[in-house]
Amino acid sequence: MSKKSKLLGNIGNFAVFAGPSVITFTCVLLVPLIYGVYLTFTNYSPIRITYDFVGFSNFKSVFTDKEFWQQFVKTLGYVFYSTVFCNLLAFLLAYLLTGNIKARDFLRAGFFTPNLIGGIVLGYIWKFIFANVVTKLGDILGYQPLMTSFLTHPDRAIVAMIIVTVWQYAGYLMIIYIAGFVGIPQDVQEASEIDGATGLRKLYSITIPLMVPSFIICFFIMISRGFMTYDLNLALTNGQPYGSTRLAAMHIYQKAFQANEYGIGQAEAIIFFITVAVAAVSQVLLTKRFEVEA
Amino acid sequence: MKNKISFVKVIRYVLIYFLLILFMMPFYLMVINSFKTTQQFVSNPFSLPALNKVGFDNYISAFKKMSFLKAIGNSATITLISIILILLTSSMAAYFLVRHKWKINKVIFAVMVASMIVPFQAIMIPLVSIYGRLNLMNSKWVLIFMYIGFGQGFAVFIFHGFIKNIPLEMEESALIDGCSKVQSFFQIVFPLLKPVLVTVLILDVLWIWNDYLLPSLVLLSPAERTLPLSTYSFFNTYSVDYAPLMAGIVLTIIPVVIVYIFSQKHIIHGVVQGAIK
Repeated sequence: MSKKSKLLGNIGNFAVFAGPSVITFTCVLLVPLIYGVYLTFTNYSPIRITYDFVGFSNFKSVFTDKEFWQQFVKTLGYVFYSTVFCNLLAFLLAYLLTGNIKARDFLRAGFFTPNLIGGIVLGYIWKFIFANVVTKLGDILGYQPLMTSFLTHPDRAIVAMIIVTVWQYAGYLMIIYIAGFVGIPQDVQEASEIDGATGLRKLYSITIPLMVPSFIICFFIMISRGFMTYDLNLALTNGQPYGSTRLAAMHIYQKAFQANEYGIGQAEAIIFFITVAVAAVSQVLLTKRFEVEA
Repeated sequence: MKNKISFVKVIRYVLIYFLLILFMMPFYLMVINSFKTTQQFVSNPFSLPALNKVGFDNYISAFKKMSFLKAIGNSATITLISIILILLTSSMAAYFLVRHKWKINKVIFAVMVASMIVPFQAIMIPLVSIYGRLNLMNSKWVLIFMYIGFGQGFAVFIFHGFIKNIPLEMEESALIDGCSKVQSFFQIVFPLLKPVLVTVLILDVLWIWNDYLLPSLVLLSPAERTLPLSTYSFFNTYSVDYAPLMAGIVLTIIPVVIVYIFSQKHIIHGVVQGAIK
């Protein structure tokens, strides 16, 4: 075969095998990502006919936007507490559900159920729970703090968001932790038992250090999903009361599609992207330092 | 000693079932309250529904107002077509990227893997801006096209990892026997991919079936609405009358639960495989 026809054949094969993948990926991900960077330097808006270059003024207005930063900090808090509590609960569930236990598959499937349902539906379910069920429970118990809905109080509405997020993802992380528990070599466990390690001591000195890879995955999942939370936010609180639960993702959405400020919205989105990447990657690097070999 | 062990065991079971009941409580409350009137629900959300009072009235009303059949049809079409095409395009691409160690292939693979960390919010505005100006919005085909593109990163990554470990010999002998590259892929490699196909399939079904934000940006007319979109508009339009809303929620959950009951093992296995890769 000549060199030329081989090259043509290669290009043909590339087009058949990788073509559709590369083209769709480029059209919906790469091009918008690059065009998005360009947008941040313009004052483009769908309601105006023309637009101009504005240099860094979009970034300047984002950096001086107090409301954005308040919601940004709120988002960091939301992600932090969701990650911590969800992982604690998931680890506990996995711990309880590993080993010899009856109806294990049924139980695991039960805890996993919320993950099958989208954020919109979950948000509406919990809206009723907080508005009607929890308040009723407060009435029955005569317990004052429960009598008014969590969702009407600026400080407690974000707690409601965290509760639902923990509930939603605990089963998902549990599954990953169970896989981690199962992956701990049997001989290491037996050796530690012979050395007299039992219960908490074994958990602390053997199990947890050997499960660092599972922790990395679970933290990563929670951090990235936490930042991107939008559906749940929209259905449960819609940013209310008084914008106290408007998380960064929702802020960006509203800036772009309600205020029609594409340039500023995209500048926020880029800052948001960098934050997510930095948080996710530094978590991995930080947690990796605790990794040990079995 | 024996007593102590069984005591620990009892505590463990009590704790597990207590947590499970707590976890399931929201679903239970939805179901019992979907058979009540709004007044009955507000006055006592914990009571069991009275027999023969409301029956399936709430369900009939929710079914009609959500255009349930239309919405579930749209959701099913979009999910099914997107996923078939994601599986096909990404497995073929991954195969090619593994088998030809060209520089450009390495770059493509690295870019696709790196793209997995990009949050949707970072692309959403330019996406709407570009496709809006090209007048490509409000079509389920464009939405499917987008899902195929967004699905590549993860799927190519998973397939790539799997195909790397498939030995070359069988394909080589097939090629010598006169099979084309496409034939040898579909007859030899593709069947071997079954376990990873299931993993990608499950994670993508959960993603696309439940996705709200992307379809809400692309599908503008009510006739095109998917299930999450019609749930959202149903709630926004009829927010005062609680009882049918809860029936609506139960309706949207039922198909998922039915599928889950039959494929729970695969789903949980798929999630683990997808996460630890």
